[in-house]
Amino acid sequence: MEEHVLVIFPHPDDEAFGVAGTILSHTQAGTPVTYACLTLGEMGRNMGRPLIANRETLPEIRKNELNEACRLLGIEDLRRFGMRDKTVEFADEDALQSRIFDMIEEVNPSLIITFYPGYAVHPDHDATGAAVIQAVRRLPEGERPTVHALAFSEGCEQVLGEPDIVYDVSEYSDQKMKVIEAHKSQTAGVIETMKKRFLEEDETMKERMSTERFWTYPI
Amino acid sequence: MKPIDRQFVQENLTELAGESLYIHLETTNGAYASHKDQSFFSAGTFIRNVQLTFLHGKITGKGPYRMGLETEQGWLYAEGLTDWEKDEEDRLLFAGHDAEGKLAIALELSKKPFPK
Repeated sequence: MEEHVLVIFPHPDDEAFGVAGTILSHTQAGTPVTYACLTLGEMGRNMGRPLIANRETLPEIRKNELNEACRLLGIEDLRRFGMRDKTVEFADEDALQSRIFDMIEEVNPSLIITFYPGYAVHPDHDATGAAVIQAVRRLPEGERPTVHALAFSEGCEQVLGEPDIVYDVSEYSDQKMKVIEAHKSQTAGVIETMKKRFLEEDETMKERMSTERFWTYPI
Repeated sequence: MKPIDRQFVQENLTELAGESLYIHLETTNGAYASHKDQSFFSAGTFIRNVQLTFLHGKITGKGPYRMGLETEQGWLYAEGLTDWEKDEEDRLLFAGHDAEGKLAIALELSKKPFPK
């Protein structure tokens, strides 16, 4: 069992799709989870279906969705970094690494979950993962937490090999679906189809909702 | 937002001619476009809080609409606009949504800076 888990992602809903079951397994076991969310997904294309947001109202809407997702996940320590969506890779790298480093020192996690830099598709994902890895490397060897990284770029398994951490989170599938649904502005267009496919035991959807996969990052 | 009413928008636009404005202009095809379809060439841009004063502005087309603002030194051009609103802060917000309701373009004009 972990002592404290630190989850670091750039966008509200990054914690929903590939990680929600894992987070739930920790919080339900009584392990505290801190979630650092770097942006509010201000530049998202999805505006709800029917449209409920515009470019200027989206941040506040997503902030509320994020709060609700955290409540469902049992996350009591949410830290919003206040960066802007799409700009993480352009931010002052040293300043961002320092901010993450300070948080790691304060939270003292036994496990960090983030994106695998270079294999996480969205530039914000890659930049977040890279900043986290550099921040962890500032700690002396032997004092570094384990890092479980999420990768999903095309062909990533050919380079990284099979993920070494594969969790069966099927007991949390229903709650995970609710977390995804909580990000209404982003998922309203797909959630009904997802639920239907899940109920019909569609293999891909079942796999998506019940298995979560990570690579232990070679720190 | 609501579907663009060209005449109504034109009136609101004309009122802003000569004013010093802050602009948010953006096009996007989504960060996952090339991930979902490797043959897709992904391009997009945004610029936020650039200041501009236009001499005259016009909205044209039958929907989706185009907008052109002529300034002393140049132009602002946008196409694919479908929806708009004047929000509570008196900002003119325009957006173009595709068939799935996803934002493809945004053009916003405000007398005060937008939050960074």
